[in-house]
Amino acid sequence: MRVMAQMGMVMNLDKCIGCHTCSVTCKQAWTNRSGVEYVWFNNVETRPGQGYPRTYEDQEKWKGGWEVGRGGRLRLRTGSRLKRLLTIFSNPVQPSIADYYEPWTYDYDTLLNAPVQEHTPVAQPRSLLTDKPMKVEWSANWDDNLGGAPELTADDPVLKKVSAQVKQQFEQTYMFYLPRICEHCINPSCAASCPSGAIYKRAEDGIVLVDQDRCRGWRMCMTGCPYKKIYYNHRTGKAEKCTFCFPRVEVGIPTVCSETCVGRLRYIGIVLYDADRVLEAASTPDDQDLYEAQRSILLDPNDPEVIRAATAAGIRRDWIDAAQRSPIYALINRYEVALPLHPEYRTMPMVWYIPPLSPVVDALTETGHDGEDAGNIFGAIEALRIPVEYLAGLFTAGDTARVTGVLRKLGAMRSYLRDLNLGRPADESIATAVGMTGRDLQDLHRLLAIAKYDERYVIPPAHAEQGPEQEELDVGCSLDYDEGPGMGGWGPFGETSGGVTPIAVENFHMLAGRQLSDTPAAPPTKDERVNLLNWDGKGAPEGMFPPRPEDSAALHGRPDGGGEPPDSPAVTDPKP
Amino acid sequence: MSATDVLLWVILPYVSLAIFVIGHYWRYRYDKFGWTTRSTELYEQRLLRWGSPLFHFGILFVLLGHIAGLGIPKSWTEAVGISETGYHALAVITGAIAGFCTLAGLAILIYRRRTVGPVFSATTKNDKFMYVVLTATILLGLSNTVLGVLGHEGADYRDTVSPWFRSIFYFRPQPELMAEAGLGFQLHALSALLLFAIWPFTRLVHVFSAPLGYFTRPYIVYRSRSAQLGNRRAPRGWEQERVGGGRR
Ligand code: HEM
Ligand code: SF4
Ligand code: SF4
Repeated sequence: MRVMAQMGMVMNLDKCIGCHTCSVTCKQAWTNRSGVEYVWFNNVETRPGQGYPRTYEDQEKWKGGWEVGRGGRLRLRTGSRLKRLLTIFSNPVQPSIADYYEPWTYDYDTLLNAPVQEHTPVAQPRSLLTDKPMKVEWSANWDDNLGGAPELTADDPVLKKVSAQVKQQFEQTYMFYLPRICEHCINPSCAASCPSGAIYKRAEDGIVLVDQDRCRGWRMCMTGCPYKKIYYNHRTGKAEKCTFCFPRVEVGIPTVCSETCVGRLRYIGIVLYDADRVLEAASTPDDQDLYEAQRSILLDPNDPEVIRAATAAGIRRDWIDAAQRSPIYALINRYEVALPLHPEYRTMPMVWYIPPLSPVVDALTETGHDGEDAGNIFGAIEALRIPVEYLAGLFTAGDTARVTGVLRKLGAMRSYLRDLNLGRPADESIATAVGMTGRDLQDLHRLLAIAKYDERYVIPPAHAEQGPEQEELDVGCSLDYDEGPGMGGWGPFGETSGGVTPIAVENFHMLAGRQLSDTPAAPPTKDERVNLLNWDGKGAPEGMFPPRPEDSAALHGRPDGGGEPPDSPAVTDPKP
Repeated sequence: MSATDVLLWVILPYVSLAIFVIGHYWRYRYDKFGWTTRSTELYEQRLLRWGSPLFHFGILFVLLGHIAGLGIPKSWTEAVGISETGYHALAVITGAIAGFCTLAGLAILIYRRRTVGPVFSATTKNDKFMYVVLTATILLGLSNTVLGVLGHEGADYRDTVSPWFRSIFYFRPQPELMAEAGLGFQLHALSALLLFAIWPFTRLVHVFSAPLGYFTRPYIVYRSRSAQLGNRRAPRGWEQERVGGGRR
């Protein structure tokens, strides 16, 4: 047993209202740069729908992920290493910009500078790739809320596999949102396809990252990832991907998408898994067994044997502790209500989903039934084959029994808790019908409905043991590290050349410290240090301006004293 | 042997090679982030699908041909019994095929650069200059092959250009050999020297990261969080101490 820790996420789809707040805040934080205009590390797609990029789930076409080849050996869908290198000069199956969408802006200048005229001037859309006027025909979210259905939904690769009769009634009965980020897979095919070995999985927390200094723009990873969560920055010529907000997670705060999620439906935690059994699990012959296979490599963090092995592998006590309290482990393995997205891609994804029950309940309520009665819900789940088949296509490689099982648990939880809320006696038979106890259902309800911030996000901080004296030694400009932009601006090969400013846990520690402190930027112990880079706008940094004699004189002269002690170096905002 | 000959066939080659070697070292140290193919496949695939493999396979063959033609002395091939005419026929035929593939590919790539909007927008001055020098070198080289076939060739390049080329690397340069070679060869060599001098500063650096290590490395790469914390290198004596065994 080789124990490794893996950061993961679970999203409760019942609660997603499709507001795209997560996508927008993620974009603001990570991809509001040129070269990645078309990139959404977090996107929310309406299902049924084509997704982003269009029809990415059709692996016959896009060749993402792994497959079991002859002799039961796991291999990339794109073929052998040699084949990938021979096709490196022109990647045969790579999404083009049209499959995402051509990014655009508007010609706002016309609005500002148009002469007086009869008709209101119009800001035309302009391509961000060519600067030319363009026709907007597609976007990351063109079929939002079933826009363009049924023509556009007909191309949904998951829907195509669902039986024909189910397909026709689909749009009227069921629709839900699927927020997606990189899955930070345990067996990432993006990393396996990278010829340079620039994509790596962090040994400490399993986060999958692209080393920007080693990526050479061979763009094989775009094809390798079946979820199409590797993007090509067309300005820098490097691949980029969701980072699981590692600088935030390292100090114990959740990703931006989770933090800002309106529905509070995201859970973050770690799981321990047995790295020695990953290959075996990923090579499971039957697609429908992959869900179980992946669950089986996750280790029980309370098992003394596992704890011993984890400690031996260098996993710290606080991490094991966090694994024991992990909400995602509970949802995946204790309650078994979370399911992986497309386990059949065999990458062992680590962002899991609780499938949505609300549409079933809604359908019942609309038809005049009691949508929270256990009997009604159970019946409806069986009768409404439509959503179940579709959900199975997404989460269990088509195994409907699994999806039904999860939906029944969610239904049981609803009706069991309704009884409690209405002051009726608890009906234990509801719980036993889904193989749980009343206690379980209450715990599950607590986790899904009322869990607070620190229960939804159990994120052990990274260990950055480093002397605090380090900061004390530092008197220079923080851009003056070797080869940094402080050494003379960008390089001669354009704005992206030269070293990059590393994002590091320390910057965020400093940020957190500043946000919580009462004093303005410059610490009083440092003589004459003016550090504008660390200035957060609270007051004026010490030493920035010479003391103004007339100010202090005026203050002293005023009868009420102005409330400002004369020796105060700067105005201090009240602490929020 | 005139001063011009020394300048052209001794000083210039060494300057060019020095820039080539030191330039690559410097660029790698300074600009790993800028070291990429800057692929444009995201913008356009139809033309690239033809142009890029034609060009690349062609130029890699041409490269092999140059290694054989310039690197292997005539006496060696004769020693293993390859006749002059046999060698020549082989060199000309493979060289011409590879050369024309390269040229066709290059033509498609340049056409694409000029006509496909997003690709054109992404073309820098640096790219344009590189393309001019690269195209000139390839055209001059290919014209030598063609002239050779038509029988206009001056001296056998294996008696002039090749020994000169090798003499550069022995550090016993023989400029007089090159002075004897035909004008076509001289121009080709000069433009190649210019190409080598600009090489490290263009996108052509991607050639030196040809990913051969892919065959031997494990599929999934694991790495520890960077040992260098913070946004600057730890001052000397303050490097992080590793705790808890090798892998944390
Ligand atoms: C040795 C192995 C090589 C590999 C693996 C390689 C790979 C690549 C790749 C992946 C691209 C990007 C194509 C795209 O998607 O736009 C590219 C572009 C290019 N390569 Fe190479 N290359 C190699 C050698 C060379 C050599 C020897 C030369 C010329 C001396 C060369 C010249 C170019 C040029 C000019 C382009 C730009 C094409 C364009 O977009 O107009 N390459 N190469
Ligand atoms: S989902 Fe993320 S980790 Fe998995 S293959 Fe794609 S990019 Fe790699
Ligand atoms: S912010 Fe939350 S509720 Fe809104 S779309 Fe994203 S995941 Fe759904």
